[in-house]
Amino acid sequence: MPIHDQGYRRYGGRRRPIGTAWWVIARQQMRAILSQKRYLGLLLLAWIPFVARVVQIYLAANFQQASFLATSAQLFRGFLDQQSLFVFLLIVGAAGAIADDRRANALQVYLSKPLTRVEYIAGKLFAPLAFVLGITLLPAVLLLAVHVAFSGSLTFVAQNLYLLPAIVFYSVVLALLGTFTMVALSSLSKSRRFTALTFTGVFFFTTAMYQALQRITGSRLWALLSPRDLLDVIGDAAFRTPGPRAVPVWAALLAVAAMIGVSILVLERRVRGVEVVGS
Amino acid sequence: MPPVVELQRVTVRYGARTALQAVSAVFPPGAVGLLGPNGAGKSTMIRALLGFVPPTEGQLTVLGLDVAKSPLAVRGRIGYMPENDGHIPGMNAVSFVAFCAELSGLPRADAMQRAHEVLFYVGLGEARYRNVETYSTGMKQRIKLAQALVHDPDLLFLDEPTNGMDPKGREEMLDLIVDIARNKGINVILSSHLLPDVEHTCDHVIVLDKGAVATQGRIEGLKGPGGSVVELRFKGEPAPFLAALAGAGFQVHASDDDIMRVFVPEGHDPQAIFPLAAAHRIQVRHFRASVETLEDVFAKAVGEA
Repeated sequence: MPIHDQGYRRYGGRRRPIGTAWWVIARQQMRAILSQKRYLGLLLLAWIPFVARVVQIYLAANFQQASFLATSAQLFRGFLDQQSLFVFLLIVGAAGAIADDRRANALQVYLSKPLTRVEYIAGKLFAPLAFVLGITLLPAVLLLAVHVAFSGSLTFVAQNLYLLPAIVFYSVVLALLGTFTMVALSSLSKSRRFTALTFTGVFFFTTAMYQALQRITGSRLWALLSPRDLLDVIGDAAFRTPGPRAVPVWAALLAVAAMIGVSILVLERRVRGVEVVGS
Repeated sequence: MPPVVELQRVTVRYGARTALQAVSAVFPPGAVGLLGPNGAGKSTMIRALLGFVPPTEGQLTVLGLDVAKSPLAVRGRIGYMPENDGHIPGMNAVSFVAFCAELSGLPRADAMQRAHEVLFYVGLGEARYRNVETYSTGMKQRIKLAQALVHDPDLLFLDEPTNGMDPKGREEMLDLIVDIARNKGINVILSSHLLPDVEHTCDHVIVLDKGAVATQGRIEGLKGPGGSVVELRFKGEPAPFLAALAGAGFQVHASDDDIMRVFVPEGHDPQAIFPLAAAHRIQVRHFRASVETLEDVFAKAVGEA
């Protein structure tokens, strides 16, 4: 029986150093997401609020009659709040990150290559993290730059020196919490639909649960169970929004760190669990 | 020549269950078959060699590298064709294989070029732009081989490579394995329960049973040492007759149908079976000299009767 092609050749070219495979996975993930028109559309749609805010800043800076549109530090907080719907949808779009690999038994393929579990997980996290930061951090920083450009002075920035760190901090916390939670949930299932539904359920159920428990017990500490309300507390603190907060900001930060920590633990166990399959 | 893989008193435990018990084995260069009944520890051994399962005790060396100290360096030099289907969802064959090459460290352009070459080599050239999810079982086996080969490993682990293939596909796959091992200079460790596949492709075998090495060596050497084999079918009460045969130094193993294979040790006369049969009122219906096969080696090693 003939062999189809005897032209197999040994490879004598260079190889990338070990430790860089996470980028190969991340790039493939991004390509896969961008190849889907609905996500590409969503990414473009997510920049419409940015355009609206740019128009607002332009009008306020150049037309006396539009002084009612004058910008303040809260514009940035409001902008990031507005983006949360797009953030939610983008993160739900990453539901298949690990679930698809588990369904197709791909983990054994990945992990038989010279890459660590940390690299695999980093590669899977990178795409949703980058896209979320691309519709939160990037436009918010650009808005600040646009503000400086249209007003022609650094006065606004000088008066609100906390603003840039606040934008960076809040966007990063939002992106980290969302992507870690979603990728961890994705590692628990073989179905991206189930993962998306679970994430949506967790997101809305915890908020509803907080509101119900708060009414029953009168305590706002239940906000510690609700990622959405924790992000509100952190956002209010970062952007110095006045008013009472459900829980102290340090407690909110600790709770968010704990949620990310649990996600890391889940990922560590699930990726290992697939790696070492009982014989 | 230095061994490709060496295990020194390797023990692997999953909780309370011991999957490998103080296994010492040497895999010489070339093609080596890894045999054993289900649960013998074959998959555990491969997983330990890949660095997935840390051994409780002992040392594993692959291509001169300590698996515990350099698991990534080991994985960079080996290719693994898993038993179960595995692919990256949503990719066509050439993208999948190129992606695997990139994961193994090849630059993008080289990865793509080699993906095309390897897909032609394994017989998927015409189907390389099809989504892997649409492939038949046989094609999935081939693409698993392609992803294991694309980065040009020095050692290939093939876990049941002909599973689910039709006879023609199986023959082609075995030819590929022979070509890889003999002409391309890539060492192969073939884990299979299909003994003819191992006999066709490998020079050496290591037989595992109950987490320990039952026997190992060159196939010819294992089949060779003295004695002969006869096929035997009889009518009558088997238990006392089989006990008498065992008492006389013959080893009896059941095979397919109702034919038994009797190993006649060197210096014994096969004709001595007839008086024993007569003494136990056994009618011998079939008695034919046979050649010792790998199945006999396997049966003797794992004590299948």
